[in-house]
Amino acid sequence: MNAEFDIAETLDVKGASCPMPVVKTKSAIDDLAEGDVLEVLATDPGSMSDIDGWAAGTAGVELVDQEEGDDVYKHYVRKTE
Amino acid sequence: MSTDTPDAPSDDTPSRAELAARVDELEDALAEATSEDDTKKMSIIATKGTLDMAYPPLILASTAAAFGYEVTVFHTFWGLDILHEERSKNLKLSSVGNPNMPMPNAVAAIPGMDRVTTKMMEKRIANNDTATIEELLETSLDMGVEFQACQMTIDLMDYDEDDFYDGVTTGVGAATALQDMADADIQLLV
Repeated sequence: MNAEFDIAETLDVKGASCPMPVVKTKSAIDDLAEGDVLEVLATDPGSMSDIDGWAAGTAGVELVDQEEGDDVYKHYVRKTE
Repeated sequence: MSTDTPDAPSDDTPSRAELAARVDELEDALAEATSEDDTKKMSIIATKGTLDMAYPPLILASTAAAFGYEVTVFHTFWGLDILHEERSKNLKLSSVGNPNMPMPNAVAAIPGMDRVTTKMMEKRIANNDTATIEELLETSLDMGVEFQACQMTIDLMDYDEDDFYDGVTTGVGAATALQDMADADIQLLV
């Protein structure tokens, strides 16, 4: 998928709408180790802006990449601390 | 002749050691003040208990918790119903007083219409995979959101402390809410 980072875990929140993609991403990140990248698969179009905003405003996480597919929005979030 | 203050120390000029001690003291106070600001806080007062008005406080509370905020939601009057285990599963949408409803108020006021509009909204919520109130509440509790039920209105509504979800704080009043609001970065009344 992306050669620049390895995906430690994938979170499937397809179908879920606001605020669940962000809330579940936060819970999934808590279970990862520092440096791990979480892949989030969502169908909520608002998740593009929301996960970006969440990552920017939250300590210890970094948005690595976002991809807008045909039906699925993919987000890659690294745990930094 | 110069009018500048002379450099030579007089009796009321602090010594270098006194100034150094004062600087240390101020630096400590600054470090303490800024370290406390690391965790942001949000305080919400939830006063409404209709199905539509139950969502905003819970969505904002769970999202702020995901940001790492310390969140307190103080529920009073009809807002108590959101924390009431039984009543929270049965919140109603009012069909009157909302000009955006696809029916005139005269029709909306017919007995049973609230049940109809509530069913319509519940169906939309289910079809859209929107989280239910119960789901949002349980999620927020898991994330450490503090839900408080106003004691005065618990008594006023004749509710029992056992009626509320596990983890809900009872026995609190306006002073508790005010203190939370004074400490918070974001304060909202819903």
